[in-house]
Amino acid sequence: MTEQGVRWTAEQVLALAPDDASRKAGARLGGAGPWSQTGGSASGAVWGLCKGSGSKPYRTVVDLSGPAYKCSCPSRKFPCKHALGLLLLWAAEGLDAPAGTSAAAPDWAGEWLAERAAKAARPAAERSGRAVPADAEGARKRAERRAARIGTGVTELEQRLADLVRGGLAGQEQAGYAAWEETAARMVDAQAPGLAARVRELGTIPSCGTGWPARMLEEAALLHLLDRAWLGVSALPDPLAATVRSRLGLQPQTDGEAVRDHWLVLAQYDTASPDGRLTTRRIWLRGLASGRPALVLDFGPPGRPPGLALPVGLVLEAEARFRPGSAGLRADLGESFAPAAPCRTVPTGVSTGAALEAYGAALREDPWLESWPVVLGPVVPIPGGQQGGRQGEQQGATAWQLADAEGTSALPVPLTGAGSRPAAGLWQLAALSGGGPLTVFGECGHRGFTPLTAWQPDSSEPVALG
Amino acid sequence: MTTTRTTAGTTAAATDTAYEDETWDELVGAALLGTERRRGSPEALLGAAAVQTVRRRAGLRPAEAGPRPEPAPRDPRPEPPEPARRRLAQLLAGRAGAGSGSGRRGAAPDLTELLPQWLAAAGQHGYRAPASLVPALLDVARARSDLRPQALALAGTRGLWLARLNPDWRFALRGGSGGAGELPDPHDAVGVERLWQEGLFAERVALLGLVRAHEAAAGPRLLETTWNTERAEDRLMFLDSLRVGLSADDEPFLEAALGDRSRNVRATAAELLSALPTSALAGRMAQRALACVGPEGVTPPTDCDAGMLRDGVVKRPPAGRGERAWWLGQLVESAPLSCWRDRFGGLGPAEIVALPVAEGWAEELHAAWCRAAVRQGDAAWSHALLGSASAPPAAGPATASLAERAKLLSTLGEEERAAWVAEFIRAHGLSEAFQLLGVCVVPWAGALGRAVIEALDSAREAGGYPWSFSGVMGLAERCLDPAEAGRLDALAAEPVEEGGAAAYWSEAFQRLVATLRLRSALHTELTPPT
Repeated sequence: MTEQGVRWTAEQVLALAPDDASRKAGARLGGAGPWSQTGGSASGAVWGLCKGSGSKPYRTVVDLSGPAYKCSCPSRKFPCKHALGLLLLWAAEGLDAPAGTSAAAPDWAGEWLAERAAKAARPAAERSGRAVPADAEGARKRAERRAARIGTGVTELEQRLADLVRGGLAGQEQAGYAAWEETAARMVDAQAPGLAARVRELGTIPSCGTGWPARMLEEAALLHLLDRAWLGVSALPDPLAATVRSRLGLQPQTDGEAVRDHWLVLAQYDTASPDGRLTTRRIWLRGLASGRPALVLDFGPPGRPPGLALPVGLVLEAEARFRPGSAGLRADLGESFAPAAPCRTVPTGVSTGAALEAYGAALREDPWLESWPVVLGPVVPIPGGQQGGRQGEQQGATAWQLADAEGTSALPVPLTGAGSRPAAGLWQLAALSGGGPLTVFGECGHRGFTPLTAWQPDSSEPVALG
Repeated sequence: MTTTRTTAGTTAAATDTAYEDETWDELVGAALLGTERRRGSPEALLGAAAVQTVRRRAGLRPAEAGPRPEPAPRDPRPEPPEPARRRLAQLLAGRAGAGSGSGRRGAAPDLTELLPQWLAAAGQHGYRAPASLVPALLDVARARSDLRPQALALAGTRGLWLARLNPDWRFALRGGSGGAGELPDPHDAVGVERLWQEGLFAERVALLGLVRAHEAAAGPRLLETTWNTERAEDRLMFLDSLRVGLSADDEPFLEAALGDRSRNVRATAAELLSALPTSALAGRMAQRALACVGPEGVTPPTDCDAGMLRDGVVKRPPAGRGERAWWLGQLVESAPLSCWRDRFGGLGPAEIVALPVAEGWAEELHAAWCRAAVRQGDAAWSHALLGSASAPPAAGPATASLAERAKLLSTLGEEERAAWVAEFIRAHGLSEAFQLLGVCVVPWAGALGRAVIEALDSAREAGGYPWSFSGVMGLAERCLDPAEAGRLDALAAEPVEEGGAAAYWSEAFQRLVATLRLRSALHTELTPPT
């Protein structure tokens, strides 16, 4: 599984692209045309020279174990179009050295690869960047100050919520968003970004259409629950206290559990913040041995995509460090032991009922959890549309569902939801199924099931939806 | 579940219990009104709502499944090999990217132009599209009507199944031709009859083609069953579809259609009959034409009689043309070319075309012969009328128009056509060759490809810019035999300084080479592993 010969699919390579423009530019460089002196090593690296418009070709190297990239082009995108083109070339045709032996990397590639190898060999603690606090007393004081500020913010928010419920939600449709935006700003001042985000969300609900009062009451109640939990956090059991802290947006106080496993990448997708400045990338993993789900988040600053990219269907042997709290989902990837390589096994799915039970069980650890990662199957997608209602009827449009292949149970598929997944992915899902059963990975929560990846019954190749 | 309750319960227990026993709907009602008008504190309401929210979420049950869609019919065709599937995904991912329209296109190949080739080649191999790419193919088919038939054929039954579910793809259901395997077996008389009576127009045209391909005489029989009830425009389209595979079996039907109510139908029937050299109409036209043209000179008709009208001759000339010349042109164009040999004492086409013609009539006569040669697909006459490819264009016998030459060329055999165009390019360069290249068979024959490359090389040496030849460059990317890539490498690698026309040429040749290599890879990938 470690050979450079285990190639990725074109989809997996294109999933690395930071944006659409790079995806297109990379695809155009994915033929032999502009490339020369290409090669690959058994330790999982590929390199090549790409002819650009200048007289000197660009030098491109990719370390597949990261994956990490280096290119002499001036682009500030990672990976750049040359790295993508090189990977596509490798995906399509392989870059085997003559006579099937692994070629030695040219100097310019070898130096960088050696540097990376040396860095990887250093002890994990040194690399983790989590500096041991030099001034424990100072850190404790800072934490106390912050706790006090959050306490003030929480008390203020409680007041705001009480006012809301005392006066009645009915006025909210007219009240507008500005008042909540102001409260959110106060929460930012109070250094509670988790509360700020929830308050902002709360403010958008009255404009969300029918059923908004119930949704608003739910969100207000959960916010109230979080406020109360913070005010009594010292009395809570450790895992729940850690969950409350992370929901408020505080860094974990302790290191979590480290789990070494073969991590299968089940999904990767980006969402933009409401102001479009910050991109959040969610990567869902599942330990093939432990069966444990893991959510790795990465963030892209304004105008830049997140740096971490793990294409769907790859397996990486690595250590995942789980953050305390939040039902044990959030993880950071630590040391990796082998280059990422495609996986040829399809995870086993569960029924719709079992999926909801898994979500329900996870709520015990984290009552604020929106959804839980679930492999569902075999299920049949039922496309929404006009087939439910007669022509001219107002309620003609029906929602999509995923139904158990056997029996009558189904989960609704939200057209917009936490991830705001585009409908294009749903049509791809329908195309894959053709009315038959398949296995689907997605997020299962109180809004329904959001499909992210699918496997056809006769294929082990995962298809990233959307 | 119990843990959840305890967790939420502890947080809510601090306040009063006014809302503890209310249902969720009652809580929402109270929250809408506001606690001011009710007993109990806001905290109690929020606490009770929090407990209910978490309880409801933790206790969610699946919904009742709606009606499942009918399973898609099985598509027995194989999927393309894995490398080809990846290539298609890549071409579809890049489809919107290229064609930015700027003059300089860089050295990388244009993927948009390769998608049509991929689709055509996959169609020839009889593949079906990978299911995950069917939605993207349907989107391509919607956006580019030129690719529609191929994209829909590849999408097959899975594509039609999806199109029934998504209104955006309804167009796929109208086309009909894309529905692989939807037509009945031509032996299945009941199935044929039912589709002919009930089918959509496109399905009926496809059915007619199928039935005729199976047995030539069965086409007219099928048409006759409903002919009198068809609308005029449908009658015209049905007649038009007979053009492919026209044979003597169609003659009686066409002869009857000469008396049709619609003038357009009559004219089309006459045109089709004249393309059948043995038809009675062609014989009547020959008689009339031979009376007008011979070694002794040209005497155009003096009148357009009822017989000529019935045989499709249009009486009124277009503005600016004399009516006698107009009638003459129609007679000659509809007469079988074989009739002229005897009339001119056993001469062949080339000798007849070379004969001097009485003043003023040469242009009219030669143009009519050109139309006849195209209509009757007569290579010998086409060759004679095209003349020598290296002769100055204006010296050709009344075929100065490139469009006319292109039409004549299309009646020649593949090799002859390529050889003629190659000679034309060597003599006249590329500037006028575009239209002629368009009728040559892809990939271009060796001699033709070499002529194009040499001409591009001369254009570079003459100091032109590659974008002046972008049309031919684009054609070359699509039509050159990939085997020519080696020959082009030398041109692409020629050392140049930065900037200037030479650098642009080098870039253009690099792109051409890259595209040819990609095309070659694309075809290799589609070849099934043995």
